[in-house]
Amino acid sequence: MSVFLFKRLATLLATLAVASVLVFSVLELLPGNVAQVMLGDTATPEALAAMAHKLGLDQPAATRYGHWVAGLLHGDTAISYSYSTPTAELIAQRLQVSLPLAALAMLLTTVLALSLGVFAASRHNTLADAGVMAGSQLGIAIPNFWFAILLILVFAVKLQWVSAGGFPGWTEDDGGGLLEGLSALLLPAIALALVQAAILARVTRSAVLEVMREDFVRTARAKGLSRRAVLWRHVLRNAMIPVLTIMGLQFANLITGTIVVENVFVLPGIGRLVFQAIANRDLVVVRDVVMLLVAVVVLVNFVVDLLYALVDPRLKASDA
Amino acid sequence: MPSPATPRPPVAGFCRQACRHPSFVAGATLSALLALAALLSLFWSPYPPAEIDIPAKLQSPSAAHWLGTDSLGRDIVSQLLVGSQNAIVVGVIAVGIGVLVGVALGCLASARRGWVEELVMRLADFTFAFPALLSAIMLGAIYGPGLLTGIVAIGIFNIPVFARISRGAANAVWSRDYVLASRAAGFGPWRITLDHVLPNIASVLIVQATISFATAILAEAALSYLGLGTQPPQPSWGRMLNEAQTQLFQAPLLAVWPGAVIALSVLGLNLMGDGLRDLLDPKLARRR
Repeated sequence: MSVFLFKRLATLLATLAVASVLVFSVLELLPGNVAQVMLGDTATPEALAAMAHKLGLDQPAATRYGHWVAGLLHGDTAISYSYSTPTAELIAQRLQVSLPLAALAMLLTTVLALSLGVFAASRHNTLADAGVMAGSQLGIAIPNFWFAILLILVFAVKLQWVSAGGFPGWTEDDGGGLLEGLSALLLPAIALALVQAAILARVTRSAVLEVMREDFVRTARAKGLSRRAVLWRHVLRNAMIPVLTIMGLQFANLITGTIVVENVFVLPGIGRLVFQAIANRDLVVVRDVVMLLVAVVVLVNFVVDLLYALVDPRLKASDA
Repeated sequence: MPSPATPRPPVAGFCRQACRHPSFVAGATLSALLALAALLSLFWSPYPPAEIDIPAKLQSPSAAHWLGTDSLGRDIVSQLLVGSQNAIVVGVIAVGIGVLVGVALGCLASARRGWVEELVMRLADFTFAFPALLSAIMLGAIYGPGLLTGIVAIGIFNIPVFARISRGAANAVWSRDYVLASRAAGFGPWRITLDHVLPNIASVLIVQATISFATAILAEAALSYLGLGTQPPQPSWGRMLNEAQTQLFQAPLLAVWPGAVIALSVLGLNLMGDGLRDLLDPKLARRR
């Protein structure tokens, strides 16, 4: 296990290191001066010089990279140009919306996909199976932001059950509360979960069907275990490897989907932050948010790798 | 000296089989409609798509404007038709980047094995950490938003997809007896790649290209919706949705048409990809 863990940890660290160099370099390789890009063409030379000093542009690139990485690790990040607040503080505020949204969407995705996938597989080649497959094919084709707009159209414009967007906050001091906050995130989470669940349901169905053809399933049935018991106790656990793989890959989609859907519902999360930063030419915020999101994608893939080993010990044995 | 003949997938009767495959027929029909719409819009559209006609703004569907007009009086059908050109251009170029670079890298990894293969695969893993939207955000922040930013971001994300698939499929071909015979006859890795590997992995690549095309259309629509993709006055389905969202209370149908067109185009390509997979790999089709 230790060799397996060590290899995966080394890959994780190497990927994060290369990604940080890439994110830093891309924003370094700006056509022209970073200060000029941030302040625009009308900036005076004095303002440009002050901004260049503020950003540390008078120091060598390697030194700035070192400061940036050290700052990220210690939570001592650069000050946002447009918000005059450290980016870590800004990101932490916005994560209070984005993290619960992503978690709620992932929960809905998992529950919906596993139930539909197992249901379709257990009724293989029936009308119910065909219905789930057709529905999932349609779900995959629907853009999540369009589905989000349709949800607004039905539930906010026609039925007027919810507001068309915005977030009331998690506390009563903000004018919201736990229930108000959750209800504001429900439609965005459904919009995000639909496409993800459609893909995952198909993978779950295929994986369950594959495992159901294995000899040990026949043996378990021959032993007298009920179909339901075999399905939940033996089949699902063995079918989890491809399902986990796709869930890991889907996490990147979930993150990008969150960025898009937050903009549809005007939620003050990471997605809104990064687009406001682009509009304000606040490159420090863009850099730190992109790095955070890349780190999350890489970390989730690392966790999925570890989960593989837990679900299927053969993987870690072969790797060690 | 010619290299030993490579067994090719049987092509006889493919069309007949394809015509009997319901998912392929449905997908190919929708995809053909998309291509026809793009072709037609090169020569004709009911109105110039960018023509502003304020007195005719937010009209309901009628004989003059089949799907109505938007908040600037622009004809929706004309914008949808011309927007299909955009979808096809993005799909072709973004998938083209993925195929050209990704397949070259995948075949190189498979032919060389060892550290080259390890390096290519780690690079592919690394690129997966940058979803198209994140790349587009970085590129958009620096170079400004635009169609090119979107195409490059989607194309970069396609490279590891094709590198992984072609390397996996090529490794299987390299273990075949006819490749061994070619090697024994003295042919080098490049000749074998051109003569045997590429023709035998073509079917896998065609299926993936169809699915990646659909993904590219979705990604471009999302980028345009966010303002990072196609810029005005060029019509794009994603931006039409963005503009329609501001008119949801006055003209809700405006938000329906572009989304439906995106969904039907993606559905068509996905169905065609699934159908092709079944037709080109019957073993897999039986398992599905």
